[in-house]
Amino acid sequence: MSFESEQHADDYWKENLRLMLSLLAIWFAVSFGCGILFADALNGIRLGGFKLGFWFAQQGSIYVFLVLIAVYVHKMNKLDKKYNVHEDHEEPDEFEEALEEEFGQ
Amino acid sequence: MDIQTLTFLIVGATFAIYIGIAIWSRAGSTHDFYVASGGVNPVANGMATAADWMSAASFISMAGLISFMGYDGAVYLMGWTGGYVLLALCLAPYLRKFGKFTVPAFIGDRYYSNTARTVAVICAVFVSFTYVAGQMRGVGVVFSRFLEVDITTGVIIGMAIVFFYAVLGGMKGITYTQVAQYCVLICAYLVPAIFISIMMTGHVIPQIGFGAELSDGSGTYLLDKLDGLSTELGFAEYTSGTKSTIDVFFITAALMVGTAGLPHVIVRFFTVPKVRDARKSAGWALLFIALLYTTAPAIATFARVNMIDTINGPDAQGTAYEEAPSWITNWESTGLIAWEDKNGDGKMFYSGDARNEMKIDRDIMVLANPEIADLPAWVIALVAAGGIAAALSTSAGLLLVISTSISHDLLKRNLMPNISDKQELRYARIASAVAICIAGYLGINPPGFVAQVVAFAFGLAASSFFPAIILGIFSKKMNKEGAIAGMISGITFTAAYIIYFKFINPAANTPENWWFGISPEGIGTLGMLLNFAVAIVVARFTSEAPKAVQEMVADIRFPKGAGEASAH
Repeated sequence: MSFESEQHADDYWKENLRLMLSLLAIWFAVSFGCGILFADALNGIRLGGFKLGFWFAQQGSIYVFLVLIAVYVHKMNKLDKKYNVHEDHEEPDEFEEALEEEFGQ
Repeated sequence: MDIQTLTFLIVGATFAIYIGIAIWSRAGSTHDFYVASGGVNPVANGMATAADWMSAASFISMAGLISFMGYDGAVYLMGWTGGYVLLALCLAPYLRKFGKFTVPAFIGDRYYSNTARTVAVICAVFVSFTYVAGQMRGVGVVFSRFLEVDITTGVIIGMAIVFFYAVLGGMKGITYTQVAQYCVLICAYLVPAIFISIMMTGHVIPQIGFGAELSDGSGTYLLDKLDGLSTELGFAEYTSGTKSTIDVFFITAALMVGTAGLPHVIVRFFTVPKVRDARKSAGWALLFIALLYTTAPAIATFARVNMIDTINGPDAQGTAYEEAPSWITNWESTGLIAWEDKNGDGKMFYSGDARNEMKIDRDIMVLANPEIADLPAWVIALVAAGGIAAALSTSAGLLLVISTSISHDLLKRNLMPNISDKQELRYARIASAVAICIAGYLGINPPGFVAQVVAFAFGLAASSFFPAIILGIFSKKMNKEGAIAGMISGITFTAAYIIYFKFINPAANTPENWWFGISPEGIGTLGMLLNFAVAIVVARFTSEAPKAVQEMVADIRFPKGAGEASAH
């Protein structure tokens, strides 16, 4: 177990799930909501030459998908650091150990 | 220089680049061959994933489909991009931490069962073959139109190129070639779009241009003009479409979930060094894909307006056939455009009602677009090179999935566990050589249903792999009985619905006969729900997964300690 305790492992997983589910809720709302279910209603609003529902279906949802992944990557990196389960940790550690061995501080 | 010579030059130059990269990045071990040593930079991997993903269908057919479907084309746009959100959030990081080469390997190990592994191998090979045959066909079409060789010769040239770098370089060769192919195909897609956007609306960015006013000074928005033209000519309004809301919903969901369940996409995330990189890589992949996918609806709109205007003429009464622009006669010779002078006035006329005299194949819209808009010859040559790049990159990725499934999951793990790394590598190469020959044969003699089956491959992937993988990660207790029962019921239900409506009783394939109004294209979503339900119920009544497996699942849930992807 790489976590300090069972409790830590559970907390990490819960925070991960909460983040994932809230991002998926936005994912669903934008594509299936704005782009499909409410497209007709939104078509009454205009964004320049675009009807809004049409724009969400053919452009907007794709931009939102990109933002969602960017947010996820950013937040997960922070979460990994918070619980000390990120990957970069290992190499510097070994490197430091090797240094210590070499120079015997 | 004429178009012919320019096309030979540009296509020839791109081929030289691909072969050069293949020689530079030869594979020395199974590790190189299967996952490029797990050392690919996430940005490069994102580009390679994008090229792998965007097939001849995305490049050649998608904008054409949208231009005929209008709003309904959104099922492809959202379906084939939204799946990457699922991949990045729910699959890629965990599968990378799990650290195996293939999807069947995950299914087999997670569900501690060689039966599950074999079921997964069969699904992976079937899905990949239907796909690859369509790609080879795409290569043939491009060659026959632009290089004026016949389709058979075109397919054989394509096979030879893919053979060379896929068999030699494996995943490593394929990944770096795909980076080059992405650059070629995206330039080929964007350059004509930008040209046409400037000509029609004065905007450099096509994504803005197709929602802008026309530059003819009339002050009308382009999309409004197209809506007007469409209704006048008896088509549905462009921005509204004709499919029912529930059908659009289900097709989009099937394509999204199918994307996240396709083995040749998932395997890309085994090639990066870290879990963190797997997440990031999905983001980069989507960015590179979005560049093409947000341009496609713009091209669709431009092409549709241009096409209607050139055929029906400025007065909307039709253009005399003798004065037809050269692209019409060029494409007539391939049989993809036909004109029948019904009212005998010698003029061509295109509409959605009885007055229509034109038969126009959707597949030509992207390839003919630069000619329709009268762009310089080098742009037309570039588009040809782009179409070939798209088809080659996807074929190579699929062939790799077929060969690894056979050499690794079937031979090494099931039938001949004692072969050495060298022998396994030789079997992998033999398997991909055989796969290329079969794919080429299917490309030259396509069974009538290839195009349809490609679309259904998504439904099948959605109803089989996706739930098994998700449950394998997010439910520690899910057992092999549940997973196998779920996969079998999901894929059987979906396949049966599709086969009934497409092959047994095609006459009944109308919305009144569909369950809940869901077309065979969208039924994979229902199959997926069924798979989840069956798996959960069966798992409740059978013994839970062994302790060791539950610990393994706990271990893939955090990044620390992810080694390179390995065979065992």
